[in-house]
This record gives sequence, C-alpha cells and structure tokens, in this order.
Amino acid sequence: MKYIDSTQVHKKMGTRLIANTLAKTLFLLATLFGLVVLIVLIYRVLKDGLPWINMDFLTNRLSTDPGRAGIWGAIMGTFWLMLVVAPVTMILGIGTAIYLEEYAKKGRVSSFIKTNISNLAGVPSVVFGILGLTVFARALDLGSVVLAGGLTMALLVLPVVVVASQEAIRAVPQFLREASYGMGATKWQTIKNVVLPAAIPGILTGVILALSRAIGETAPLVVIGIPALLIPIPDGIFDKFTILPVQIYYWTIDSALVAEYANLAAATIVILLLVLFVMNSIAILIRNKFQKRY
Amino acid sequence: MAKSVVHDSGKKLNVREIIQEKKKTKSINNTTEKLIPKILFGIAAISVFTTIGIVLTLLTETIAFFRDVPFIDFFTGTKLKPLGENAVFGVLPLLTGTLISTGIAMLVAIPVGLMTAVFLSEYASEKTRRLLKPILEVLAGIPTIVYGFFAFTFVTPLLRSFIPGLEPTNILSPGIVMGIMIIPMVASLSEDAMSSVPNAMREGALALGATKLEVTWKVVIPAAISGIIASFVLGISRAIGETMIVAIASGSSKNFTFDVTQSMQTMTAYIVEVTGGEAAAGTTLYYSLYAVAMTLFVFTLIMNLIAQYISRRFREEY
Amino acid sequence: MTVMTDKKHTTENLSMKAGNQENAKKVVYDTKDLNLWYGEGHALKNINLAINENEVTAIIGPSGCGKSTYIKTLNRMVELVPSVKISGEILYRGRNILEKGYQVEDLRTSVGMVFQKPNPFPKSIYENIAYGPKIHGIRDKKILDEIVEKSLRGAAIWDEVKDRLNQNAYGLSGGQQQRICIARALAIEPDVILMDEPTSALDPISTLKVEELVQELKKDFSIIIVTHNMQQAARISDKTAFFLNGEVIEFAETDKIFSNPSDKRTEDYITGRFG
Repeated sequence: MKYIDSTQVHKKMGTRLIANTLAKTLFLLATLFGLVVLIVLIYRVLKDGLPWINMDFLTNRLSTDPGRAGIWGAIMGTFWLMLVVAPVTMILGIGTAIYLEEYAKKGRVSSFIKTNISNLAGVPSVVFGILGLTVFARALDLGSVVLAGGLTMALLVLPVVVVASQEAIRAVPQFLREASYGMGATKWQTIKNVVLPAAIPGILTGVILALSRAIGETAPLVVIGIPALLIPIPDGIFDKFTILPVQIYYWTIDSALVAEYANLAAATIVILLLVLFVMNSIAILIRNKFQKRY
Repeated sequence: MAKSVVHDSGKKLNVREIIQEKKKTKSINNTTEKLIPKILFGIAAISVFTTIGIVLTLLTETIAFFRDVPFIDFFTGTKLKPLGENAVFGVLPLLTGTLISTGIAMLVAIPVGLMTAVFLSEYASEKTRRLLKPILEVLAGIPTIVYGFFAFTFVTPLLRSFIPGLEPTNILSPGIVMGIMIIPMVASLSEDAMSSVPNAMREGALALGATKLEVTWKVVIPAAISGIIASFVLGISRAIGETMIVAIASGSSKNFTFDVTQSMQTMTAYIVEVTGGEAAAGTTLYYSLYAVAMTLFVFTLIMNLIAQYISRRFREEY
Repeated sequence: MTVMTDKKHTTENLSMKAGNQENAKKVVYDTKDLNLWYGEGHALKNINLAINENEVTAIIGPSGCGKSTYIKTLNRMVELVPSVKISGEILYRGRNILEKGYQVEDLRTSVGMVFQKPNPFPKSIYENIAYGPKIHGIRDKKILDEIVEKSLRGAAIWDEVKDRLNQNAYGLSGGQQQRICIARALAIEPDVILMDEPTSALDPISTLKVEELVQELKKDFSIIIVTHNMQQAARISDKTAFFLNGEVIEFAETDKIFSNPSDKRTEDYITGRFG
C-alpha cells in the first residue's frame, strides 16, 4: 500500500515550480517598483528644477516674480532652525537615553517613559505643530520665530535621538564599564569617560538622521504660521523665518496660478535633496568608520 | 602642589599619596554624583511633559469648541462650512477624506510592501539584498513635501490621461503616493519579522520537498504574522497622520463624498488650511482646529497602541 | 555535617599558619561568614578566609564553584549584577567593606582588578594607563608621563610599546592587551591586585609572561588570583584556596594542597577526577 503516488507528485511538481518562479518574478517586480518610482521622481525634479538653479536663485530674496525669486532666506531660515534644533534635541535626547540606560531602575517609571517615547514617535507631525503654535508661539508669546519652530521640531525628532542613543549606549560592552569601575571611577566618571566616548558614533548617526528628518518636515512649521512670502532674511533665533520645504509647499500649491512656480519648487527640492544626501552620507561614513571596534 | 611632590621625593613618585591628597578635595565630585541622576531624570521627564502638553492643549480648546458646537452634531454632521455667516462644523467630510486616502494608500503599500519583504527575506541573495535595501532607505528618507510635489505635478496629470473624469485636485493621486511613501515602512518591519523566523522551520519544510513559495506562504508568513500585521497598523497610523501630500494634491473641498476622483480634505489638511489662514484665537473656527487635531490624535494613538499590543502580545519566542 | 568539619579545617589551618609563619605577615583581607545569593541561588556559603599581604593567593575550583563571585565581592564589583544579596563581613585592612557608607570608589582605588578577558579602553595606550590617575584628579602632564612609564615598566611591557604610546590599545595582541590592563591597574599604585582568570584568554607564551609578572609584582603588592588552571596555581601562588559549590573546602600552603591535601574532594579535583 503506497500513500504517496510518486507519478502524481511529479506531475504536480511542475505546476508548483512554475508558481514558485512566477511568484519570485512578481516579488522582484514589487521590490523594483520602489526603484522605478525613485528614478521617475528624481528625473522629474531634475528636469523641472535643474535649469532654474543658478547663483541668483541661491542668493536672491523671495519674490512674486519667478524670474527674480531666490531662496537665500529659506536657506538661512533652515540654518537658524537647525542651530536651535541640534543642541536642544541632543541635550534632551542623549540625557534621556543616559537616564534610561544607566540610571533608571528597570521598573514602572522607566517603562512608562519608554512607552511614552514610542507613542510620541507616532504622533502626527501636524499635531506637534498645534503644540508649538499654542505653547511656544502664543502662550510664551514668541510668535512665529525661529526659536518657536526650533523647539517644536526638537520635540518632534526627539524620539529618533533617544532611540538611537539608547541603542548606542547599550552596545557599549559591559567589560569596559567594569574596567572603569575597577579603577575606582564613579558612575558618572565611567559614563562620561568610557561609555559616551564609545557610544558617540552611534549617537551622532542618530542625531544626523534626526536633523535630516527635521530639515524635511513641513507641516508643523506651516501650522506655526510661516507666511507664504517672507522677504526679509532671518538674522537670529528671534526673527521670523521660512525654510526650504515650506517654500516648496507654497510654490507648489501656487503653481496652479503661475506655472513657473512649479519649476522654482522643483529647483528648491533639488537643493533640499542635496542637503539631505550630504547629511546622510556623513551619517553612513561615521557608521562605517566606527563599526565594530571591540 | 602636585609638582612639589615630584621635586620633594626626587625620582620617587608616590601616586598613592597624591591620590589620597586629591581625595580630600573631592566633595564636589560627590555632589555631582548625586546631582547628575536628578538632572537626567528631569530631562527624561520632558518627553512625558510633551505628551501631557499635547493632550492638555488639545483637550482644553476642544472642550471650548464643544461649548459652541454640540458633540453629536460634530461627529454626525456631513456638512463642513467653517467660514462665513452660517458656519457649520460636521467632521464627517474630513473623516471620510482621511479614511479614503488611508484606504487607497494601504491598497498600494500592503501588497507591494509585503511582496518586497518576502523577496528580500526569502528569495534575495545576501548580495542582492545589500543592493536593494538602500533603495528602500532612500525612499523612506525623502521628505513628504517632495512626495506631495510629485503627486501634484506628475501622478495626477498621469492619471488624468486615462481617467478622464479625474479632477486636478483629487484624493486618488495623493492616496497612491502616500502608499508609495509607506512601502518602505511596511517592507522593512515585515522583513524584520520574517527574518526572525528561525531557519530550522524553513529547512523542515524545504526538506519535505516544499517550494520556496509554499514555505513562505505556509510557514514563514504564519510564523511572522504578528510583526507583519503590526507593520500594517503602523502604516495606517502613518497614513492617517500624513499631511503635506494631501494638503497639496487633494485640494480643500469639504464635500461629503465617496468619489475618489474628486477633491476631498483630510483632517490633517484641514488643520494646515485653517492655521495657514491665521484663524483668530477665540473663534469657533480656531477651536475647531483643536477638535479636529484631537480626533486625529486619538485615531493615531489607538493605532499605535494596537500595533504595540499586537507585537507584544503575539511575540513569538524561539 | 560536612560543612561543620570543613569550617573547622579552615580555621585550624589559619590559626596554624599564624603560629608557624613569620609573624611579620599581616592579614590584608579577612572574610568572615560571607554568604551571597544571586536571587534565589546561594552562590557563596559561609566563606571564612584570611589573606596575607605580599603573597600570591590562588583560588581554584571547577566552573561555577563561586571563585569568580568571591573575588568580585572583594572589590564589590559583584554588586553590578542586580538582585545580589550579601551577608557577613569582609575586613579590608581592618574595616568592613560591606558596612553601610563604605565608599566603594575608595576601595577600588586601593584594590586593583585584572579581568578574565583583556578589556583595555578603545583609547590610546597612554590614555589607558593615565585613565586611573586622571579620574583621581592628577592632571599634571609630567606626573602622568612618569606614571605611564613606571606602570608600563612595572607590567614588563614598556619596551614593546614605548614607541607607540599614542596608538589604540586594540592594535596590540591579546597578551599585550592583558599586560596593558595590568599596567593600568598598577598606575594608581593599589595595595591589592585582584586577578580573575587573567590568562584564560591568552596563548601559552603570553600566559608565561603574565605568570612571571605576577611573581615580580608580589614584592610590592598582595595578589589574589582566580584560576582554573591548577598548574598555574601550583607555579605561582604561596597559598591556595579550593572552592567547591560555593564553599571553601580547603585553604593552605600551595605546597601542602598539591602534595598532601587533607580533604578527599581536594585530592579528587587536583588529580583530575572531576572539574
């Protein structure tokens, strides 16, 4: 008595193998779909934007006249914004990570803070904009200035820095801490002199990723109240400002009225993507340079 | 002080004594040691205060809103006309806008994301994977404003060439582009879940003569299902909260409709539109901002909690 | 029952020694009724040991016998493991290090430690050695230079590294790294050096170098060394304690332990019948 008829199996095997090959092709196509979109997207942006990029475009002030409009104000706004976001988010993010990894007892408080951070990471950015508008711009009466936008952004990207720093700190081998304690070092001396130096590449990578997220964010700053046409160049953190992505937004929606605005938006996108490309390359360089040293 | 020790004892250096000497002035060190954890705790608490701040601001102004507009009217109203003499605040047009755009996005992101994950985790060689994964990372790193531009200036015109009735601003195009934006998220989270399925389970099935497709379908996906579903839920949450793509490409029509070729407004796009118009504080229009934001916040929070629950509750232990 | 007799053995041995040996040798570490639990696991049971200064005391025993736990209790590093409970007394230079308010940092400044796996910091050789003096407040470059040279000479590695003090310590071989770690411990001129299986990760030649170094260091320091290599204990130590299942089975002159152990279990272990 045979339960399995091998000729039957052989017959069926053919169709099963064909199904497998078909599926594999389909899955590969799905994977390549992303690549195709990426290529089309970049091609479109370059085609529309590249001819518009020149020295005047980079250094001119905003203008309603597409031929004279430039993004110097948005570049400076982005610069000043990062000058607020970077230190604030680093202090908050690294401090939180050190507390959670090195000091907090594995109990209710630390798991509450951790849950809170992962929920915060899921809050839509536009809601952070509402927080910034209500607390920083209105309650603290800062107005729609760099500082208000920067604080909002810093809180928005905080979870990225916290999680990356936590991972970097956790990856520092315990034997390095033991070596330091064995010399009579205190906990803080050990953290400051051994743990943080060893974790800094991972932390820096996280910070750069957080900043590149902040550079591309638009919604919270639109909500805080950045005007569509801001001519003056910001000169400090208490000045009104605009940034690259917000400028892209206004030019894109107004391109229904003036077609050339779409080209200005595309040109600005090229600059924005260039900045992001540089930042991410730096992050990857840091990651590769310091990988696995123990 | 320290130098004199060297000179006094000539060549003989007594480190132990120097250290003892230094120990006496170490009280500052002790204070730092006690102060640092407290400072760090204060810093860690700021993330909690941020959450509290969000909830409080939303809550107080939302309550003010419901003094002007009855709760029931807001959630059952199909008419939204925030400006002008007879302003009406029904949130249903925004809710359908949000749900429809999210639905379209997931129709794109789930199949493509899952197939990508299967390919990377089950079929691709290590070399191919290392070649393809950066593409996903780049896609994930592109700012949403760029996707918004892409939807408005490329996808919509493209779709209009074979859907003649499609309006210049519509919910279909931003929905699709949002789906593309979410593919990397679904793909990488699902792939993580699939690659943590132990090889022994695959080998068991392969040794019985199963094809890779059968192993994927009958062994890997069932074993990784909680992580996969969590990735879908997080994707939905992301789509609900996405702002710029819909704000640009879907226009600001507040019609209560299910026709995807038409312009619709999502909750997020409403917030951008109203704040962009600088609503005066104290008006019902201004308060409606918070009521909509609160609804949005609750929606995404529930999604995130579901995702956390799924991945915690059904975490397979191997 | 057996526990009782064991305890008697130990104390007899100790009192015997105090009578017979030259009286100049002082006790540096005196452990009294030490018990230690990891959660529910009773890792150390009624340990009584008196360790003399300027001697090499070896602690031997099979894996899991508590020897590493014991040596880590001597500088309270064991507390880095959560859920550790300790009772009893450990007198270091007459003072109970387990009493409330005892500064562990002070203790660890006087008691250096060398670990199982070489664990230099991912810094330059110079910075590794200068780490201890620096955290204890020594900033003067001249003094630091002098300490670095002295410590590296003391660890018999000066000639090998003097030309590359600014290179990362991870570029060195495992044996060199371990001697860097010993030099790092020497830099703050400790009173006692604890060594937790310092040669277990090293090749035979590096092991020999470290063993020679231990003999040399004995003149200036009291050394307590955990090893699972019995030949090593026999070669370098003055006294040997044999641990089994968290208890001290026998503690005596190394010669006596290896030639004429008084406990059957010691003999079984030494002759290789288990462990």
